[in-house]
Amino acid sequence: MSAVEERSASTPTIAVHDLSKAFQIPHEHVHTLKERALHPTRRRTFDRLEALTHVSFEVAPGEMFGIVGRNGSGKSTLLKCLAGIYRVDAGEIWLRGRVAPFIELGVGFNPDLTARDNVLINAIMLGLTPAEARARYDAVIEFAELGEFVDLKLKNYSSGMQVRLAFAVMVQVDADILLIDEVLAVGDAAFQQKCHDSLTRLRAEGRTILLITHDMQAIERFCDRAMLLERGVVVEIGAPDQVAHRYGELNFPSELGEPERLGDGAAAVLDAWFEDEPGRRSGVLEHGRAASFHAVVEAASPLSEPIVGMRIEDAQGVIVFETSTTRAAQPSGDLAVGERVELAVRFETALRPGRYFASPSVAHAGSGELIDFRRRLTSIVVTGDLPGSGLVDIPHHVALERLGARTAGE
Amino acid sequence: MTGPAAISGEPRRFVALALTLAFTDFKLRFFGSVLGYFWTLVRPLMLFGVLYVVFSQIVPLGANVSYYPLILLSGVVLYLYFAEATSAAVRSVVERENLVRKIHFPRMVIPLSVTLTASFNLLLNLVVVFVFMAASGVEVRLTWLELPVLLVLLALFATGLAMLLSALFVSYRDVRPIWDVVTQALFYATPVIYPIEQVAARNETAAQIAMCNPLAAIIQQFRYAMIDPSAQSAGEALGGAWMLLVPLSILVAVFALGLWVFDHMAPRIADEL
Repeated sequence: MSAVEERSASTPTIAVHDLSKAFQIPHEHVHTLKERALHPTRRRTFDRLEALTHVSFEVAPGEMFGIVGRNGSGKSTLLKCLAGIYRVDAGEIWLRGRVAPFIELGVGFNPDLTARDNVLINAIMLGLTPAEARARYDAVIEFAELGEFVDLKLKNYSSGMQVRLAFAVMVQVDADILLIDEVLAVGDAAFQQKCHDSLTRLRAEGRTILLITHDMQAIERFCDRAMLLERGVVVEIGAPDQVAHRYGELNFPSELGEPERLGDGAAAVLDAWFEDEPGRRSGVLEHGRAASFHAVVEAASPLSEPIVGMRIEDAQGVIVFETSTTRAAQPSGDLAVGERVELAVRFETALRPGRYFASPSVAHAGSGELIDFRRRLTSIVVTGDLPGSGLVDIPHHVALERLGARTAGE
Repeated sequence: MTGPAAISGEPRRFVALALTLAFTDFKLRFFGSVLGYFWTLVRPLMLFGVLYVVFSQIVPLGANVSYYPLILLSGVVLYLYFAEATSAAVRSVVERENLVRKIHFPRMVIPLSVTLTASFNLLLNLVVVFVFMAASGVEVRLTWLELPVLLVLLALFATGLAMLLSALFVSYRDVRPIWDVVTQALFYATPVIYPIEQVAARNETAAQIAMCNPLAAIIQQFRYAMIDPSAQSAGEALGGAWMLLVPLSILVAVFALGLWVFDHMAPRIADEL
């Protein structure tokens, strides 16, 4: 919560204090008045599903705040509580300004009405007055680039066109607080870019945006801060990259929770991590930027010229890259008991966007016998926007040379 | 901040939302197909035609009643308004689940929009009734001024039930068949196909009990005020003008109950769905 305290000087736009929400799931659902009348005294037993427990956070004006978490972690419930759709059981919510929830794009769209009618209805549902809705109608159509199709019934629109229309309405609704639930993962690449640009613009205008997404790249690119929820509890609030890293750890608990460890124990790998270009520990690296891998080894018995190395594998377990001190410019020398060394591997991130695991190791010189190998001790998410496929993006240069036309006589 | 509620936010937004939803439904029916609106006009006329043939030619129930066709038509139009508004309202909140679970808005807008849509239909159907009245040579009288009052009372009664039924239907799905049966029974319990005087001639108490039903009182008063001044007014049929308080208080009680139940239920609708 330290991040929140730092910001307490300015009045937050969104303040949530100790919010709890549970759903009661009855064991036997009484569906009819008849059952109710026949068994008026039957005790209804419930399972309580604690969707949110003691959630507290604050969002400053103009801030873009990401909420991440696995499926069922309570993200959407939280958003619906903020949007006033669910009643909360305990705790308080303060919101300053008009709230527009986007739990789903195009809520209330009717396929039998024209785009014009749907835009007006949707805008009114989202809180505009009918006059305001009519005034913004042109801007909506222009943004959606659907000018020629306004009188077409929505059922004749492609799904991509419907999404464009819905997003256009959302952008035009003048809300102070936008609550967005995973609605940006739609549309083609060009439209996604437009969505992202719009979000950036809205934020620049001083709107406060709450964004739920599974897209860690979006969290790190757009959000000022992020929050990680797990089973209704706030796990972490902080910088987007930290939160993204924790999210990754939560998502792959089997790979990271109990890492495989091999070796005779003559030395121990204590820690391993990645650092980004400015040299900060990071769970995320941007494709094409400089980065480094670090591992700390402590000797448990005297060692001569140990081989300290690392291996990177992808989510499927394919080894993408491997290196060690055998390729270092200087020999590793001898280690006394208790002496520590830090391995540093500096590289340019040639990995394609995706998730990778790093396994540091230390081995005896000559025989190559393992002293300590820690499989998947740390992980990294590589972000970036690369066309095509392939495991790695080898540093390369592409050119096309003109050879001249083949003449008819040849 | 408050959670979801039956009525919340600015009154202007409430009205705008209810009107938008109602008008959209109306438009969908009107422009949905070439014959779309034609059918909503034809339905009361068809029912009227069948009933008229049966009760004037086969069972001479309306033989000695002046303006029987008009009474039948107006009764059918008013009854069908009530039946359509309430039975459409039963499923309304559940059908708009998509909105309820995704947007914050005063929940009351939903049943209200249903009765509003039905009211648009009623007004158009009343045009047909007026055409028939003119054709039958009904005179314009001062008592026609009662019409807006009667329509407002009818709309209040329908809205009260709409709120009650739509809120109950969220938890209890047998409300729908139960209400279907009740509306059927109400059709025969209301002086639409028979004049109340014929009931009173056999058993005055039975007639007075039947007239305690707000729907019956409204339809009877419509007959007296709009069509036939020689018919009994609702007060006369009840055995005294002060007795009008009975259907009136039932109407107010139903409205209040509907409001209370809906208001109580509103915060939990999204959870229950």
